Amino acid sequence: MSETPGSVRRGKASRRGAVVATSWATLLLFAFPVFAQGTGPSASEPALSQGFGFVEKSGEALFTSVCQGCHMSDGKGATGAGTYPSLAGNGNLGSSGYPIGIVINGQRGMPPFGAMMNDEQVAAVVNYVRTHFGNRYEDAVTAEDVRSVRR
Amino acid sequence: MQTERATVTRRDLLFLIGAVSGSAAMYHAMTSLGFASDSGYKGPIALGGDPKGASVLILGAGLAGMTAALELRKAGYKVRILEFNNRPGGRNWTLRGGDSYTELGGFRQTCEFEPGLYINPGPWRIPYHHRALLDYCKRLGVALEPFIQLNHNAFLHAAGAFGGVPQRIRDIKTDFQGQISELLAKVTQQGRLDEAVSKEDREILLQALKSWGALDANYAYKANLVSGDFRGYARAPGGGLGAAPVPGEPVQLSEILKSRLWRYLQNFALHTFQATMFQPVGGMDAIGKAFAREVGDLIRFDAKVTRIRQDDRGVTVTYTDLKSPATPQQAKADWCVCTIPLSILSQIPIDVSGRMKAAIDAVPYMPSVKIGLQFKRRFWEEDEAIYGGISYTDLPIRQIAYPNTGFNNTGKGVLLGGYLFGGRNAYEFTAMLPAERVARAVELGARLHPQYASEYENGIAVAWHRVPFTLGCAGSWTDQARVEHYDNLCQIDGRIVLAGEHASYIPAWQEGAILSSLDAIARLHDRVVKQ
Repeated sequence: MSETPGSVRRGKASRRGAVVATSWATLLLFAFPVFAQGTGPSASEPALSQGFGFVEKSGEALFTSVCQGCHMSDGKGATGAGTYPSLAGNGNLGSSGYPIGIVINGQRGMPPFGAMMNDEQVAAVVNYVRTHFGNRYEDAVTAEDVRSVRR
Repeated sequence: MQTERATVTRRDLLFLIGAVSGSAAMYHAMTSLGFASDSGYKGPIALGGDPKGASVLILGAGLAGMTAALELRKAGYKVRILEFNNRPGGRNWTLRGGDSYTELGGFRQTCEFEPGLYINPGPWRIPYHHRALLDYCKRLGVALEPFIQLNHNAFLHAAGAFGGVPQRIRDIKTDFQGQISELLAKVTQQGRLDEAVSKEDREILLQALKSWGALDANYAYKANLVSGDFRGYARAPGGGLGAAPVPGEPVQLSEILKSRLWRYLQNFALHTFQATMFQPVGGMDAIGKAFAREVGDLIRFDAKVTRIRQDDRGVTVTYTDLKSPATPQQAKADWCVCTIPLSILSQIPIDVSGRMKAAIDAVPYMPSVKIGLQFKRRFWEEDEAIYGGISYTDLPIRQIAYPNTGFNNTGKGVLLGGYLFGGRNAYEFTAMLPAERVARAVELGARLHPQYASEYENGIAVAWHRVPFTLGCAGSWTDQARVEHYDNLCQIDGRIVLAGEHASYIPAWQEGAILSSLDAIARLHDRVVKQ
């Protein structure tokens, strides 16, 4: 088996793959408009993180790429053998320190995200949740607030 | 005489411990003395003594729950199991064509695989040292076949190295090993290891490096027939005219180092992943089904536990029959073995001590996503000579695993097109719609296998935080949480004892679930018999 011809064949085919990938992305864009604002390298596809931390910066991007895995796109959570609590109209969000602490440290089965989000990211996602899904808390939290909860 | 006295055999010691302290102590002692095997399994559990008609309610019909049911019924207990799903096995689960699966959020997928093709969304491989699980497979008649962890001809891939072209595992492994051997041989010959290596050992070390690293007579690793014997050839030896082998050019050490492809080599070296590994023939759920043949008559399916109470007379569990949810039901027993994942148990009101409740609340659940993809043909075998095993990549899909069965078939085939475990991308894929996870896996996998573009047919994706019966993949213990909570989690609390992979030091493995269950029922049985 010769390696050189193999590489050439692979190279050609990769380009073919790239064309198909683009059409997939277009299809996705069409099917899931929520990603139109994605923070990825290309605007046409959702971001996927590469380093240890999440690449998403805005509260909305963090919510749609991370939190909605369990709390769902409408923030209402879901129920099976157990329940993911609803964030919609959730009175626990009134005290801003509470969601900051939970995002950083997790709670029961919920994993901690403090090591994967920096202070700005935690603040952004907390602010997003506290001002969406029927929540109208005006007292935005800052990265400094997050830092003080981390200690 | 004195020396003889001192050399009590291990078996004598175990007999003494057993006679004095009961079977649970003996079980622990056997484990700590490494009596039988690696995972601490000592062979079929023997629950001697009369439980005098005592009853046990088991929560969960996964491997932990069904192990407990099988052994406790055999020991004379009255046993019942409540199970949330409408099938046995829990995370021991296989998806095949025609199966439909609805994840949390209501997203429903129907698997469109051809007959005979499947993916195991949960556990998919069994180490040879998981002796308890292997023993139950043997006792329950579950046929096994090899699971190939290391295939030298599969790929290692880094998006930012080698122009994105995947490298064969054998090339990276051999070239890395060879060039490290060459370096080590050089410093040995220069006398720079004289303090660490004795004079006699030096010659042996050089011989070893030559043999292990495929070095030539001058202790060099280069393109020649010596390295070719290890890494293969640019043109392999053939027959007839022009059949002489031509060596291939090694991948330079600096390239390997910068590519970080070396980091995947530990996937073939870690004890957990060493050969021989196994998989059940036809899908992992063969194990759950085999257990259910023994204890299926004890299981009440579609039962969602909502409350667990105990007092000094017994345990009362309230549950909802998901088929007629209006009226809550109750089940009572003298004892309870609860295998409900902590992600769910932490939400259920339960009468246990503050310390056990704190332990139940202390374990977050890991994210994990698996994606199965069906293709029109087994191009990985036909085009690339990859028969089973796993390719690793730094793309978010992390790995592509090839079927370890049905080799050389001309029909369709199913790949595990992504297995994300822990980390950011697993969360990101969980947050996607199922169809989107599949689409991203196809798009990313095409960078290793461009044939995806023309051969892909259909796929299915399971994100474990969306799985209604676990709300996560497996318990994620930190060292600190272990110190603070593990013993409290495993203690018998009144009439309740917990079991499952979360109550083991082998999290996310079926062996952990079974060993935890055996340990729990041995201690429970001691208590019952001594009452």
